[in-house]
Amino acid sequence: MNWDSPILQVTGISKSFNNIPALNSIDLSLNPGEVRALIGQNGAGKSTLIKILNGAYTLDSGSILFDNKQVQYSSPYQAQLDGMSTIFQEVNLLGYRTVAENIMAGREIKRYGLIDWAACNKFADEAVKILGLDIDVTRTLDSFNVAIQQLIAIARSVSFNAKVLIMDEPTASLDEAEKKTLFKVVKDLKTQGVAILYVSHHLEELFEICDSVSVMRDGRMIETSLIKDLTKKDMVAKMLGKRVEDILSDENARPKVCANDEVILHVEKISGSGVLKEVTFELKKGEILGLAGLLGSGRSEVAKRIFGAEQDDSYQGKISINDITIGVNGPKIAIEKGIAFCSEDRKNEGIIPEMSVRENMSLVILDSLSKNGLIDKEKEMALVDSYIKKLGIKVSDMEQPISQLSGGNQQKVLLARWMANNPEVLILDEPTRGIDVGAKSEITDLILSLAEQGLSVLFISSEYEEISASCHKVLVMQEGISRDYLHYDEISENAILDELGKH
Amino acid sequence: MDMINQQIDKNESSGSIASSAKFKALLKNNGALVALIVLLIINAIFTPHFFAMQTFYINMTQVAPIAIVAIGMCLVIASGNGGIDISVGSVLALAGALAPMVFMSEFGLNNPGIAIALAIVLPLLVATSCGLFNGFLVGHYRIQPMIATLILFISGRGIAQLLTNGDIQTFNNDFFQYLGTGRLFGIPIQAVILIIIALFVSWIIKTSKFGRYLLAVGGNDKAAFLCGLPTFKVKLIAYGFCGFCAGMAGLFTTAMNSASDANTAGLLMELDGISAAVVGGTVMMGGKAPVIGAVIGALVIQMMTYTLLANGISDSAAMIAKAAIIIGAIYLQLKNKQKH
Amino acid sequence: MKLNKWMKKSQHPLLRTEAVWVALTLIIVFASLRYDDFLSPYNIESFFSYNSMFILISIGMCFVIMTGGIDLSVGGVVALSSVMVAYVSPYGIVTALIVGALTGLICGLINAVVIIRLRIAPFIATLAMMLASRGVALLVSGKQSVPISWEGSFPEYGMGLMFDLIPWPVVVCLVIAIMAWVLLEKMPFGRAVLAVGEDEEAAKLMGLKVNKTITLVYVISGVLAGLAGVTLAASFGAGQPAEGVGWELIAISAVVVGGTLLTGGLGSITASIAGVVLMGLIFNILNFENGYGSFTISTYWQSVIRGLFLLLVLIIQAEVLKRLRNKKTAQ
Repeated sequence: MNWDSPILQVTGISKSFNNIPALNSIDLSLNPGEVRALIGQNGAGKSTLIKILNGAYTLDSGSILFDNKQVQYSSPYQAQLDGMSTIFQEVNLLGYRTVAENIMAGREIKRYGLIDWAACNKFADEAVKILGLDIDVTRTLDSFNVAIQQLIAIARSVSFNAKVLIMDEPTASLDEAEKKTLFKVVKDLKTQGVAILYVSHHLEELFEICDSVSVMRDGRMIETSLIKDLTKKDMVAKMLGKRVEDILSDENARPKVCANDEVILHVEKISGSGVLKEVTFELKKGEILGLAGLLGSGRSEVAKRIFGAEQDDSYQGKISINDITIGVNGPKIAIEKGIAFCSEDRKNEGIIPEMSVRENMSLVILDSLSKNGLIDKEKEMALVDSYIKKLGIKVSDMEQPISQLSGGNQQKVLLARWMANNPEVLILDEPTRGIDVGAKSEITDLILSLAEQGLSVLFISSEYEEISASCHKVLVMQEGISRDYLHYDEISENAILDELGKH
Repeated sequence: MDMINQQIDKNESSGSIASSAKFKALLKNNGALVALIVLLIINAIFTPHFFAMQTFYINMTQVAPIAIVAIGMCLVIASGNGGIDISVGSVLALAGALAPMVFMSEFGLNNPGIAIALAIVLPLLVATSCGLFNGFLVGHYRIQPMIATLILFISGRGIAQLLTNGDIQTFNNDFFQYLGTGRLFGIPIQAVILIIIALFVSWIIKTSKFGRYLLAVGGNDKAAFLCGLPTFKVKLIAYGFCGFCAGMAGLFTTAMNSASDANTAGLLMELDGISAAVVGGTVMMGGKAPVIGAVIGALVIQMMTYTLLANGISDSAAMIAKAAIIIGAIYLQLKNKQKH
Repeated sequence: MKLNKWMKKSQHPLLRTEAVWVALTLIIVFASLRYDDFLSPYNIESFFSYNSMFILISIGMCFVIMTGGIDLSVGGVVALSSVMVAYVSPYGIVTALIVGALTGLICGLINAVVIIRLRIAPFIATLAMMLASRGVALLVSGKQSVPISWEGSFPEYGMGLMFDLIPWPVVVCLVIAIMAWVLLEKMPFGRAVLAVGEDEEAAKLMGLKVNKTITLVYVISGVLAGLAGVTLAASFGAGQPAEGVGWELIAISAVVVGGTLLTGGLGSITASIAGVVLMGLIFNILNFENGYGSFTISTYWQSVIRGLFLLLVLIIQAEVLKRLRNKKTAQ
């Protein structure tokens, strides 16, 4: 590693939008073969910095020195051609096209003026082999899972002779095993001298692959140090701008023991939707039950099955709530029986972006707010107002379009949408996905207090840390089968991982 | 218009600056309304006899079918997922052809009273069924609305032509013709029906559960489904109602002409309906249903065509102007939206 | 074996072109067995010289739809082009082809500018162009059909045969079809069209020229509609300002029947052409049936049957899609 001649040197970058500063004199330097973590809360300026580096935004002032020359790219593609590639959180490739077409897009190898598919496929095959992937490059991209797609995106970038790779939340949709593959690729690239700027909310994984950390807050670069000199708490403290002592320790956030024995939800041997094989569990009143499992283990499918979100003839098994059996008749029936469900995909399956906070919040309980098919607007406004206050939702007023709110506040509106219906069972699928550290703990606290008031919660998350912090009981799922429970005292991240390693 | 005048009076009497700002905002957000006012002023100055009652009658009777179709179209577009109904012209022709068949049939001639009622109800029922069929294809099979309604666009007129053998049916029936030429309190009957439908639907959208459901489904149908909303039913109703509107327009057209012509009735009506809805502020993405706006949009298009024709400009040139106003209106809307 | 792997290119399961080929084969077999003259050179010639216009606009439509757009203006552009072409017909077929193509090019370019610069949805932008082009056609011609010049090479285009075998419009159409296929399957432009249609953002990040691609597809669609206008004027002997109403919808239905996804990103030129032929054959067969049987079937049936056919194809596609979706969750 050559620490003296950085491949990328950024000095004094500033950027404002409509006179509101987003970045304030940022300095950053990156050495060949270095893996640098870039962390910070949402809105700290990480993505603005990335977009300035790769040419999606233009900078107001400052300079970028890349590979010993002054650069200012006009687009991410220009940057990529020059050896600075960005891997985005969501795979920005084409699902309908083959792997080879994706890798070669925009630079197809031609013969007599026509695309030489054989040569293209060969080039692509070599590009994926470098990452240790053995796949048929003539298959369409969407026939592979997200992890492979992410690796193919990396293969495309690397095949442009990348010298700097910017990775924006690359593990957001990967499971443990897939993360391992990705990390291995990162380490390989590192030994090849590629510098990597690694943006992630998952602080745990940084210790595994990063050499150093840069922390951003409010558009400023707060600190850069070697990762071995920091603890996780240090990082959180720096991101939030608080002292380490002021940060709640994980133990404090654990729920109080749930003493209730009354079973509310009974799930017996459900199967179907292609993934579920045999899932059995029960949920008690006031209990938070965590569902832990890898991607594809069927954890989200359990939620969808209980809620009736997907109509599928192949479903079998029995689900009962308060000893009343429910079928697969769509969400309406489930909602009537007192079930509530927050999907993992807030943007596409949660909010109605064009509608106001008020209209979004009252959607589920319109029946009880209306008489003869007409909505009682005063009643509606009173109810919405009370929830905005109760949950501390930050809005200018209740008529503000929900799309203007931050992720955390959107999630609170959605939680209010369901709470207004007084459910007995709340199913949460990745409730804190894409929400920054501060808002995350608010949401978790809210869930804990709801459970204390007697609400039963089925808590699905891919973050074992989050599950172990907020659940009374954890059910481990594997390949569509429910395995053992971890009880209150047994719960820890390691215990969940151990359990997943069994069988 | 009276409403606006009243508002201006009120503003001036109270002398409130805030209200006049509000009025400015109202104009700014209603490009169609501004266009309509401008057109009226231009006409007042340049068009001879513009304020003659006859002019008013002609414009009102001509705009009614388009405006009614535009209301239906507005709801369909609002229902989202590329919502559109291009079959309205064909459904209009079908309904228009059915009506005279009923009261000119042997049964109709023997029972004139029942026949008139049936001549109104049956075509409306058929038209509504056509709409429901569209809604079923869109809601159940999830076929793209444009393609789903293309089926009836092609076949609907064919059925009407088969029923009438492609002949023009002329008739002389005072009761039925009342729908085309009658007046209530001096206002053409179509305009009265149009105003009633527009106000009623607008009220439903703003205050009812169905209205909220429609906009939610149009805004994000997956999220709406997960909230337990009856997404299929909502789409069925929107498309069914659009069919009903097309049927109503068909009755007007036939009654006004004292004849039905399956070959030409309602040709290009889908374009007029879509243009009117869009000029009136309907967003193609769905989730917004400005019903009154759609009616104003129809009025704008009608007034503009009238203005050009009344001032000696050919109808061919009027088509080009129509194209320009559609693009202009939408461009202004987009620009306004970006500013917010 | 190794080489084979390199050459192979997977077909995406959502692109269903089989249905149209099977239906086409069945109908052709049925018709050629039932009607003696079905495969006669005369029937084939007249069938294709008429339908070559629809093939042309459908090819253009296919490109536009593959980018996720739509072009409602083609019917109006055909009419406008036929009028312009009729006026220049005394100067020969080459001039006519150039003027026709140029007319379409200008219309397509305006569409593209409105879509890209003003950011107006293709549906609305081309709807306005449909009105405008029709308006210009009617205005220029004074609402009358414009007779062509019967001197020189122009009428020959409408009536003559190449090698005494193939009508000239069909030759042009064939050349264009081959060019279109090569463009889509073998040129980077074709890949860009599909990329833009599937995901504009991703295409941009891949360095593809999104605006240029979108501009080109509307220009292609316009030019092909312009060429169809040349055929119209030549084979009808006059520029037809009122012709072409609803042709855009015939083209769209043909493209969809051919399996091209209306949302963009997947499509087939050959299957779209098959879709045109299939829809055209319904009318052809109806005519034969009337000449053949003892009773006559109203030609109004053709639109009803076309609609039913479209319905059938759409429902089959919807069912296949549903099964695919189920299978995907099952994996």
